[in-house]
Amino acid sequence: MPEPATVQQIAVDIRVNGKLYSRTIEPRTLLVEFLRETCDLTGTHVGCDTTYCGACTVLMNGLAVKSCTMFAVQAHASEITTVEGLEKDGTLHPIQKAFGDSYGLQCGYCTPGLMLSTHQLLAHNPEPSEKEIRKAISGNTCRCTGYMNIFKAIELASRNLKGV
Amino acid sequence: MLGQLGEGAKVLAGGQSLIPLLKLRFANPEHLIDLNFIPGTSFIMEASGALRFGAMTRHAEIEHSALARTIPVLHDCAAGIADVQVRNRGTIGGSLAEADPSGDWANALITLDTTVHCLGPSGARSISLNDFIKDAYTNALAHDELVTEVEVKVPPKGSGGAYLAFKRTAPVYPSASAAVQLTLDGDDCREVAIALGCVGLTAIRAKEAEAALRGKSLNEKTIETAAEAARAAADPQPDMRGSADYKRQLVVALVKRAIQIAARRARGEQVEGTHLYA
Repeated sequence: MPEPATVQQIAVDIRVNGKLYSRTIEPRTLLVEFLRETCDLTGTHVGCDTTYCGACTVLMNGLAVKSCTMFAVQAHASEITTVEGLEKDGTLHPIQKAFGDSYGLQCGYCTPGLMLSTHQLLAHNPEPSEKEIRKAISGNTCRCTGYMNIFKAIELASRNLKGV
Repeated sequence: MLGQLGEGAKVLAGGQSLIPLLKLRFANPEHLIDLNFIPGTSFIMEASGALRFGAMTRHAEIEHSALARTIPVLHDCAAGIADVQVRNRGTIGGSLAEADPSGDWANALITLDTTVHCLGPSGARSISLNDFIKDAYTNALAHDELVTEVEVKVPPKGSGGAYLAFKRTAPVYPSASAAVQLTLDGDDCREVAIALGCVGLTAIRAKEAEAALRGKSLNEKTIETAAEAARAAADPQPDMRGSADYKRQLVVALVKRAIQIAARRARGEQVEGTHLYA
């Protein structure tokens, strides 16, 4: 395929973790590339780049999406939350604290995605059953933990959030 | 726009199939037209004995819709497609138009009376789902036409359905799937539709399997005969999901289970049924 002589640019306004990013980008830019390279928010990871592993999961208007399977222009006028947006004023979010306290991570690569999938789950279902937890995180692959401590972390986060 | 931009243009719905295909360079359109910002294309409503879904209605919206639950096959299908993230983006119209042989919607909906409503520069037309899907990755749309709505007739009273897909893990396509819709009169099966997914270029209506049940009493023996007929109707390709024989065996098990769940639902029972994992 010949390269186009000039690459068209599109203006987007995307609010990420409460901050508005008004940028001009190539339309083919993936949301995950926008977050990592334009916003310098490298907490969102690229695992498989094939819509399988969920390491790139972020929230768009509160719903978990795979940011490697969306163009950034599709997030125009949307509200994105990445893992960097979970803590408030230097205090970890209860979900982050629960993952730490329950040893719900080892290498940490899948963890941001898992925490954001957990965020969507608990926002809609504050007391999920084990089956519901399994279903909610079935789009996130972890190659270290065997998932048991992740379940425990999500159960703990559910208990902690109820106390908030 | 599709007319102006010509053959090199493609529409983008939920993107959960198309964007991976773009990355693999299996598709390389010159122009992509994003449908996501068009208002009024996502809705679920009931009208004159049918449920109507806007083409851009997300799988997750159908999964959580009380209205869609009134036809259990729809909930079975929507709730098990891929994973939460994909269901938040993927759309029913996009899934049907993509006509992926491993997709879920076409197989689930082909057991029901389903019509695909389309719109183009020369006006609107309605195509039955049977005629809409022509072949693997091939639909009946003209280049400048779009799907606007998917209409599913509400099955009659005494009818029950189930959709079961078998997957190795959540994000992958199923290895095989089975959809059953049957109408009971006591223990007699008055009407039945059985469809098999992922085991052919399109969803396969297992006519011989249907004939094994239609007008007969539903019992272990007739269900066994129907499942064996479904095994013969399947035409699977061996791949990383399993050998052809393995997939035929899966078809037998899925059809049996789906018939049993559909029959219980036809009798008014509430039964959970959805995608199964290895």
